[in-house]
Amino acid sequence: MKRAGFTTAWLPILLLVPQLIIIAVFFYWPAAHAIQSSFYLQDPFGFGSTFVGWENYTHLFSNSEYLRIAGFTVIFTILVTFLSLGLALLLAVKADKVIRGAHSYRTLLMWVYAVAPPVAGFIGLIMFDQSWGPLTEFAQMLGWDFTLGVTYFDTATAMVVVSVWKQVPVNFIFFLSGLQSIPKSVREAALIDNRSASGRFWDVTFPLLAPTAFFLLIINITYSLFDTFGVVDTLVKGEPGNNPMTLVYKVYVDGFRGNDLGGSSAQSVILMVLVLALTVFQFRMVERRIHYT
Amino acid sequence: MAQVTLSGIRKVYPNGFQALTTTSFDIPDGEFTVLVGPSGCGKSTLLRMVAGLEDITEGELRIGDRVVNDVDPADRDIAMVFQNYALYPHMTVRKNIAYGLKNRGTSAEDIAKKVAQASDMLGLDDYLDRKPSQLSGGQRQRVAMGRAIVRDPALFLFDEPLSNLDAKLRNQMRIEIKALQRRLGVTSIYVTHDQVEAMTMADRIIVMNGGKVEQIGTPAEVYHAPASTFVASFMGAPPMNLVPAHAVAGMVRFAKTSLAVETHTDGPVTMGIRPEDLIPDTSGPLPFDVQIIEELGAHRLLHGVVGDEKLTVHVGKDTDVGTGPVPLSVKPGAISLFHHETGTRL
Ligand SMILES: Nc1ncnc2c1ncn2[C@@H]1O[C@H](COP(=O)(O)OP(=O)(O)OP(=O)(O)O)[C@@H](O)[C@H]1O
Ligand SMILES: [Mg+2]
Repeated sequence: MKRAGFTTAWLPILLLVPQLIIIAVFFYWPAAHAIQSSFYLQDPFGFGSTFVGWENYTHLFSNSEYLRIAGFTVIFTILVTFLSLGLALLLAVKADKVIRGAHSYRTLLMWVYAVAPPVAGFIGLIMFDQSWGPLTEFAQMLGWDFTLGVTYFDTATAMVVVSVWKQVPVNFIFFLSGLQSIPKSVREAALIDNRSASGRFWDVTFPLLAPTAFFLLIINITYSLFDTFGVVDTLVKGEPGNNPMTLVYKVYVDGFRGNDLGGSSAQSVILMVLVLALTVFQFRMVERRIHYT
Repeated sequence: MAQVTLSGIRKVYPNGFQALTTTSFDIPDGEFTVLVGPSGCGKSTLLRMVAGLEDITEGELRIGDRVVNDVDPADRDIAMVFQNYALYPHMTVRKNIAYGLKNRGTSAEDIAKKVAQASDMLGLDDYLDRKPSQLSGGQRQRVAMGRAIVRDPALFLFDEPLSNLDAKLRNQMRIEIKALQRRLGVTSIYVTHDQVEAMTMADRIIVMNGGKVEQIGTPAEVYHAPASTFVASFMGAPPMNLVPAHAVAGMVRFAKTSLAVETHTDGPVTMGIRPEDLIPDTSGPLPFDVQIIEELGAHRLLHGVVGDEKLTVHVGKDTDVGTGPVPLSVKPGAISLFHHETGTRL
């Protein structure tokens, strides 16, 4: 392939400057600030701060509530990731059989993706409304007295359901285009080689989807960890009380409600390290395996 | 090994397009049949119906003594080689070749033996542990062949398997495939749009055009006695000369000359003569005017006119001719006559 080149060195730099400024102002600077504050204890009224070293961190790891929320976040992430991936894959496989390249369906499904998380959460609120929410009624039909925002388990369920609902379309689109990019003749060769449809799926289709699936796994973990903030916020209605929350929400609650800036900064730093680890893992995997042709 | 029988097979695609008109023919056991025709004439459609990859709209298809209309591709005892090879990109060459066997419950021992045999036959021994992406086009082609032959099927199906290879490799693979088929004696259907491939490989050629079969015959029959002007112009490079003429009682009049023909017919006809059946001859009856000489090494092509009609003449490299008038004679019995409107052979 021919490479396009710049004749002067300053032009590409100039073109990058706006992006670099945005990254610096909205990412590096706050990140550095968070790392710094995580080593200080802030006066709740904003009158100075004291250097406390690792105390904010050690405090977190001996805090049973933080550990409980961390535990919930792990379960929540696993559930949301696997449910939304699994459901999306199932739907994509079914849809792929029917629509070969029908773009209108895809566009329709993409709409859900365009729904902002708080809006998704709000729709969830309506669906799970105590007196007339259709999902609440459905739960009651099954003999489950569903009380959103009151019962820990029920709120958790709603959080998972809404988060999954929000994420399925994205995964679906990726899986569907992944499926459709598998050459027709390869599938046909498999059709001749293997009479079992599920055998063909696991031997041929799924391995060829693996790069897509792996990419989505990372995206979904990140989504469950961070982007569900809006959903959580709307569903717990800003009243954490007895409700479950995720680590990201806890950062917000401690920092902005509890005014514990040091502790909340320490929590953000932990999350940053987590994202970093995830990213490194992803790059390693992408370099190592999971790509063909 | 098996005979293939098509009885009244027709194909209409879901969008209403009829890709194959009602067609019937047999392919005898062990024969290498080539389906040839221009792009879009329905060759792949026919082959894919035999493979079970496309529904049969109408008619009955038998492989051996079994009606297979509703049999899954995996159960038809066929193996197919695709134009783009269709190898499983995530499997090694060994696994690619073994996959079909594995799913048929062949024991690991047998699989290993058969894979070794096939890879030996195809010269793939050094590549068994590579992925398809690490192979050249020709090697991938061999893997695709290997995947077909290990299965020892009743029927081989090839859909333009050589069209992605360069000319030299194509010639080589052509001979190899033919030799392999001879050795294994497996009934084969081979689709191509290349008439040279068809002529050189086939025991029998089926010429198709616009969703219907124009002619079925040995390469010699198809070449020397084309069933229609379409076949006459499709098979052979350069194609048969086709000119309007007038037939009267055992003679055909063309450019103020009368030529003897075996076909007795009267009225306007299309006369066909192969370029090599026209011979420069000082006492020849046809006043040919050579305009362009194409030098092809072993032979030459003379392009020119007789009256208003364009003709091409094929001569050996030793024939001494230049541009300008060159009288021609016609080899006895070399004239084909076709209906002047429908183009069918008379
Ligand atoms: N799924 C389909 N739906 C509708 N029409 C189709 C479909 N597949 C093929 N056709 C049409 O049927 C005709 C025959 O197609 P086919 O693929 O059999 O041609 P072919 O002879 O193999 O041509 P080529 O040499 O280009 O491969 C074409 O006109 C094509 O447009
Ligand atoms: Mg074709």
